[in-house]
Amino acid sequence: MNLSPQDITAIALSMKIAVSATLLSLPFGFATAWVMVFRNFRGKVLLEVLVNLPLTLPPVVIGYFLLLFFGRNGWGGALLRAAGIEFIFTWKAAVVASATVGFPLLVRSIRLGMESIDRQFLQASRSLGATWYDTLASVILPLSFRGIIAGSSLMFARSLGEFGATIIVAGNIPGVTQTIPLAIYDYASSPTGTSMALSLCAVSVSLSVGILLLHEVIGKKLEIRRNT
Amino acid sequence: MKLGIDIEKRLGNFSLSMRAEVSGERIGIFGASGSGKSSLVHMIAGLTAPDSGELYLDGTCLFSSRQRINIAPEKRRIAIVFQQAMLFPHISVKANLLYGYRRLLPENRKISPEAIIEVLNLQDLLDRGVNNLSGGEKQRVALGRAVLANPRLLVMDEPLSALDDSLRYQIIPYLKSVSEEFRIPYLFISHSLSEMQLMADQVLVMNNGNLTCISTPDDVARAGMARSPRGYLNLLRLDSAMYRDGLFHYPWGDGSLIISDGKPDSESLFELSSRDIILFKQHPEAISARNLLECTVAEMFDSDGRKGIVLRSGGSTLVAEIVHSAAVDLGISPGSTMFAAIKASAFRRLG
Repeated sequence: MNLSPQDITAIALSMKIAVSATLLSLPFGFATAWVMVFRNFRGKVLLEVLVNLPLTLPPVVIGYFLLLFFGRNGWGGALLRAAGIEFIFTWKAAVVASATVGFPLLVRSIRLGMESIDRQFLQASRSLGATWYDTLASVILPLSFRGIIAGSSLMFARSLGEFGATIIVAGNIPGVTQTIPLAIYDYASSPTGTSMALSLCAVSVSLSVGILLLHEVIGKKLEIRRNT
Repeated sequence: MKLGIDIEKRLGNFSLSMRAEVSGERIGIFGASGSGKSSLVHMIAGLTAPDSGELYLDGTCLFSSRQRINIAPEKRRIAIVFQQAMLFPHISVKANLLYGYRRLLPENRKISPEAIIEVLNLQDLLDRGVNNLSGGEKQRVALGRAVLANPRLLVMDEPLSALDDSLRYQIIPYLKSVSEEFRIPYLFISHSLSEMQLMADQVLVMNNGNLTCISTPDDVARAGMARSPRGYLNLLRLDSAMYRDGLFHYPWGDGSLIISDGKPDSESLFELSSRDIILFKQHPEAISARNLLECTVAEMFDSDGRKGIVLRSGGSTLVAEIVHSAAVDLGISPGSTMFAAIKASAFRRLG
């Protein structure tokens, strides 16, 4: 293993961004999934397309749109400037980029979890005196817990690997916005960086494997708990 | 309990249109699957809204398209027991039981958890996981959960259909005792006429989204005797059997019934098809059937060309079914005396 202090910073920053992006997206992801599963309204298809768009769009395109929106002349940019928040080319921009790209994965998993809930549980809950938001908190939330965990871990892993959108809105500034993939990109483009790049690749692989293992273990645990 | 129904609802290419007013404490909704029973009770409970019309319970308007009223299900206080117990899998049996109770205003908490646990015999189940209960146990907990919500009306939507025969008739006494003990009126939904006869005083008979009639379960059973594959099913609750020569002798009417599949020392419920009774005008000398009962013809009724003969002995009755020509040949009329022969094996023990 051959990690420079700068690499350690990149790893820590990657974790910080991925955790923040996941936590930031969770409430929105849950709400979006709930709306898509339990509510009927006009334009549902449109919402569906919109939510899934980042899954198929090149991340660079998403990054570019974010740059336009949060940039000097965009609405978001004007709002943030009024609030005195520095955004573009900071780690916050990297969080928003990761959140946008990973969002469909989160919603998809939570949705699958919610769709597997028997509607009669909700009917039972309502007829026993629970309001819709009580039912949401006491039945839907715990019964879609597996989907939430699955979605969060997928989104976390996806955020760790985010490259295209991040480099456009947050740049590639060592110590400020340089995450693991961006650092590898730097090493890969220099002739002497092979072993450094490989070290970071190893870190990246072990993080991904670790998360996926955790994902499986938690999934199994929840399954066992449900069956006993 | 008084229920006023006047509703219309379209669901795909099925349409339900119904107008009825019923009052009573034990009301059944009877019909084949797909006749709209569940849709109807979903609307009564507020889980789906009718397209138009009105729904009243004890003078309170639950739904009115004209007055734009649609009371939320949690405010209607109508608890449902479903075909599947639908116990929440993520919480304990105890938390399931208390789910509705905890959401009640204190002044509405008239039935206490202790009382329900006692009546439904749930003590040993409280600490078990929801998924470690048998089907019958789950249904008992679901019933307790619904009753503990202290509802104004209990809706039982085919609560026995998912259980096998022997369990089904073990649960029925619980269903009845709970509603009697705690004075909760109920709507009992089923496609089984025997269950109706055991559970309801009055039935709304539904067919294809419409109300066919409001009648008593017994009248429905009599009217359907000829068409039903097993005829009219006599339900007999018998007790204090004597066991002799491999057969059970149960006191019934002026004499006794001899049954092969009995059970000592406890009350049992038996089913006897109207087609398993043979009638004789005079006492036959010797027959293989173990039961030969001297009865009086109390009443006769028609069902699609068949004759139903209501036989009385002591205070008890049995319905026998014969074809029209047999009734003419034997010259049966109300008041005449008949001998009914029944094989000891014709009685089916339900529970």
